[in-house]
Amino acid sequence: MMADDPKAEGKRQKAESPTQKAGGLAPVRVVLDNGVTVIVKANHTTPSVSILAAVRTGGYADLPGKEGTAALCARVLDRGTVSRNAEVIADELDSRGASLSVSTGRHQMSASATCLSDDFPAVLALVADVVRHPAFPEAEVAIRRADLISSIRKEQDNPAQMAVDAFVRALYGSHPYSRKIRGTVEAVESLKRQDLVRCYQKGFLPWALTIVVVGDVDEQPAVEMASKLFGDWTALATGDKRPTGGDKPLGLSIPDAPQPLERSLVAVPMMNKSQADVAYGFVGIRRHDLDYTAISVMNNALGQYAIGGRLGDSIRERQGMAYYVFSSLEAGFGEGPLTIRAGVSAENVERTIASIDAELNAVLNDGFTEKEIDESKSYLVGSIPRQLETNGAIAAFLLNAEIFGLGLDYDVRLPGLIQAITLDDANKAARRLLDPARATIAVAGPWAPNPATLTTPTTPTNPPNPADEATPWSLPDE
Amino acid sequence: MRTGERRVLTVRETVLDNGLKVLVQEVHTAPLASVWCWYRVGSKDEGPGVTGVSHWVEHMNFKGTRNIPRDQVKGIIEKFGGSWNGYTWIDQTTYLETASKDALDRMLFIEAERMDACLYDPADCESERTVIISELQGGENDPEQLLDTEVNAAAFKVHPYHHPTIGWLSDLQTMTREDLYGHYRRYYVPSNATLVIVGDVDTDDVLKRVESHFGGFAQGSRPARVRQVEPEQQAERRVVLRREGTTAYWKAAYHAPAFSDEAFFPLLAADAVLNGAAGLNIWSQGGVSRPQRSARLYRALVDGGLASTVSGALLPTEHPYLYAINASVAEGKTISAVEDVILSEVERLRRDGITPAELAKVNAQLRARFVYDADSVTDIAHQLGYFETIASWRAYSTLRERLDAVTPELVHTAAKRYLADENWTIGWFEPK
Repeated sequence: MMADDPKAEGKRQKAESPTQKAGGLAPVRVVLDNGVTVIVKANHTTPSVSILAAVRTGGYADLPGKEGTAALCARVLDRGTVSRNAEVIADELDSRGASLSVSTGRHQMSASATCLSDDFPAVLALVADVVRHPAFPEAEVAIRRADLISSIRKEQDNPAQMAVDAFVRALYGSHPYSRKIRGTVEAVESLKRQDLVRCYQKGFLPWALTIVVVGDVDEQPAVEMASKLFGDWTALATGDKRPTGGDKPLGLSIPDAPQPLERSLVAVPMMNKSQADVAYGFVGIRRHDLDYTAISVMNNALGQYAIGGRLGDSIRERQGMAYYVFSSLEAGFGEGPLTIRAGVSAENVERTIASIDAELNAVLNDGFTEKEIDESKSYLVGSIPRQLETNGAIAAFLLNAEIFGLGLDYDVRLPGLIQAITLDDANKAARRLLDPARATIAVAGPWAPNPATLTTPTTPTNPPNPADEATPWSLPDE
Repeated sequence: MRTGERRVLTVRETVLDNGLKVLVQEVHTAPLASVWCWYRVGSKDEGPGVTGVSHWVEHMNFKGTRNIPRDQVKGIIEKFGGSWNGYTWIDQTTYLETASKDALDRMLFIEAERMDACLYDPADCESERTVIISELQGGENDPEQLLDTEVNAAAFKVHPYHHPTIGWLSDLQTMTREDLYGHYRRYYVPSNATLVIVGDVDTDDVLKRVESHFGGFAQGSRPARVRQVEPEQQAERRVVLRREGTTAYWKAAYHAPAFSDEAFFPLLAADAVLNGAAGLNIWSQGGVSRPQRSARLYRALVDGGLASTVSGALLPTEHPYLYAINASVAEGKTISAVEDVILSEVERLRRDGITPAELAKVNAQLRARFVYDADSVTDIAHQLGYFETIASWRAYSTLRERLDAVTPELVHTAAKRYLADENWTIGWFEPK
C-alpha cells in the first residue's frame, strides 16, 4: 500500500484479476491420498492470504438435548492443541497480526484465517495443528461455554434475532432445521468436554476436509505445503468411509421440510424496544434444486435489487415505513428458508405485513415484468467480478463450489446459467415458493397483534382462510 | 522487508478551477472502478434544532435529480453489476459506486448530479422522515447504541460531537424541507468536496471526464467551519442507564487526540496493547476479526470469564474525539467487577507503560491491518477520501511512518495524559 519497492510494485501492476483470465478462476485442486481436498488460487493483488479449512458437519449433527455442541466445539477447537496451549496460539497469531476464527453452520464447520503472505507457512501450519490435534482443555471448555451462553442471552434482547428465531421455529416445526445452531442456554449448560470431543471425532475426517488457500502465494508450493501438513492425517474414528456421492454432508440425508398448510403468525412481545422486526416467509429449496438459479433471480427481483427490489420500492421508498426491508434465500443441503425481513415501528406492523402480502399477490397474479427480470440478471452477472475481488470472497466462493459439487469452472458457467433464466422461469419460481395464504410470520418487538385489524390475505389460488383467526398469538413452544 | 511494505501509492491529485479536488489512483487488478464523492460536512456541522440534517440530506440525495428522474434512480448502477451506498458520520458525508469500469462515466454523472441537481420533492422529504425515524428506532433496539449515545452526549458539553449523527428525535420530527435543502446547498459545493476514483482506469481519461461533468459548476463559497473547542474535562462523569434487557454493558470514553495530533499513533498503539489492533478503515473494518487473544484486556476479562467481549476504538477524526473501551458483561458476573479490572489494567498502563516486545507486536498487527484495510478498489478509494476529508490524503501515505516513530515512551506519555480519571466518562447499561 505504501512504501518503496518498485520491483514488487511491478509484479502487482502486472497481476491480473483472478476473473480476468479467459479461463476464470481456474484454481489448482488436488485430492490427497487420505481424501483431504486442497484448492489453491494465486491472487497477487495484495500481500495477504486467506485460508479456509472446512469439514462437512455442523449444528445439524447435534444430538437432541445437546443443541449447541458444534457451536461450542468450534469455539474451543482453536483454544489449545496437543503441542500448543491457548496462550501460545494467541501469541503466534497476534505477533503476526493474523486472525483465526472457527464458525459453524448447519452442515459445516470452518476455520478461517487471514495473514500477510510472509506469514502464510506458519499460519497454515497452525491451522493444520488446530484441525488435527485439538486438545479441548477443560478450562477453555468452561470459559467458552459461558461465552456462548452470554451470546445466547444477548440475542434474547435483540428483536431482529428473536423474530428470525421465532419464524424458523414456527416454519420448521418438528423438522431439525427448527433448531438453533447456537443451542439453548439449558442445552449448552449441560455440554461437557466429551461432547465436544465426540463432535470433533465424528466430523473431522480427512475425506471431509477441504482446504482453500487464496492470495499472494505460488500455487504449486502452496499445494505441497498443504500436502505435507495434512497428507499423513488419518482419522481417529474407524469405519468412517467417504460415502458415495461425496457432495453430501457426512452421508446424511435431510428430510423434506413439512410445507405449512395455512398462514400463521407468532408474536414475541418485547415492549421495552423502540421498533418491531418482522420475519415473513416460506420453506425454500435445496442448493441442488434444478430451480436454484431461477429462484435466485426471482428473489433478487422480489427483495434485493437496488434497495430491496419490489418490496423495498413499496415499503421503504413509496410508504417510508422501514429503514430496511429485503428478502433472502438460504439453500443448502436441506431446504433452507426464503425470508422477508423488515424493521418497522409498532404501529406499522399490520400495514407492513399487508404490503408484503400485496406485493406477493401482485407477483403471483401479474408476474414480474420483463424489465425487472432482465435487470436482476444483468446485476447478478455484472456483480461477479466485484464479488470475486478479495481473497476472502474468492476462498468462500471456491469452498461453496466444492461443497456443493458445482465444479471448478462454476465462476465461468455462472453467467450463462443466470442469463438462461426467462421471465417465465422466474414467475414459475415465484409461484412455486410464494403464497401469502401459507406464509409463516413472526414479529418481535413492542407490538401485540390485534386479530380484528390484521389483514386477511387473498391469493389467486386459495380463498381467505378462516383458520387464520384461530392462530395462537403467543410465543411458540421452545 | 515484509511483504506488507511493497505497494506504492501513485495518486494523481488535481484541483479543478472551481475548487473540486480530484484524486485518481490506477489499480489494474480487476476490471472495476470505484468512485467516491466526499463532502466536508457531518453531524458536527449541525446547529441546535437541526441535528441529523446531514444524514437526512444524504438520504435525500438518492431520490432523483434534474436529469435522473426519481423512477430511474433504481438500478442506475445495478445494471452494471455495481453497488452504491453512502454514509454520514461526525466529520463527513460520502457516496460511492463500485462497478464495472465500463460504468465509470455513469458513476461520475451520478455524483455530478448529486452535487448540483437534487430535487428535494416535499413528498419525498416527508416519506423519508419516517424512514429515518425507523433507522433511529432500530438503533435504539440495541442497548450498546443507547449507551453510546448517552456517553457521547455526556462527554461533550460544548463541541457538537455531543449529538448523535442520526440526530435527536424531536429535531427529526420538526425539521423542514427548507432546512434540508438549505443545508444541501450550503455544503454541496465543489470547494467543499473531494472526488476519488480508484480502479482499472486511465488517469488522463478520468480527468477529462471529470472536467466535463463537474467543470461547469460554480465554486460556491466555502462553508464556515466549526469553531467550538471542548474545554478540558475537569472531573469524571458517569451515566447509568437502567432498562429491561438481558446483558449488562460497560463503556468508558476518554477525550482523545485528533488524527493529526502527534499523540494519535501512540494512543493507537496503547489501544492495540489493551485490545488488539483494529485498523483504520471504519468502512470495511479490515473485514477480518481483530487479533486480540493476547491483548491485556481480552486476557483479563474474556479469558478471565468476566466479560464476553471487550474492544477499544480510537477513530481518526478531524477534531479531538474520544477513545472508547467497550465490554459486555458475562452472564452471572457483575458490571462493577468488569469495571474494576478494566480500570486497574488502564492504571497499570499509565503506571508502567508497555514493553518493547509489546510495541513490536502491535506494530506488526497494525501493519497487517493497513494491508487488510485496503484490499479492494472500494477500500483504497475509501481510505484516500476519508483521510483527505479529515486531514489530507497524504497523511494516508504516512501511516506507516507515523506508526514506526512510536516508542514505548511515547505510548506511556500518551496513556498518562489521556487515560486519566478526570478525562473519562463511564457508562453502565444495567438490565433491570
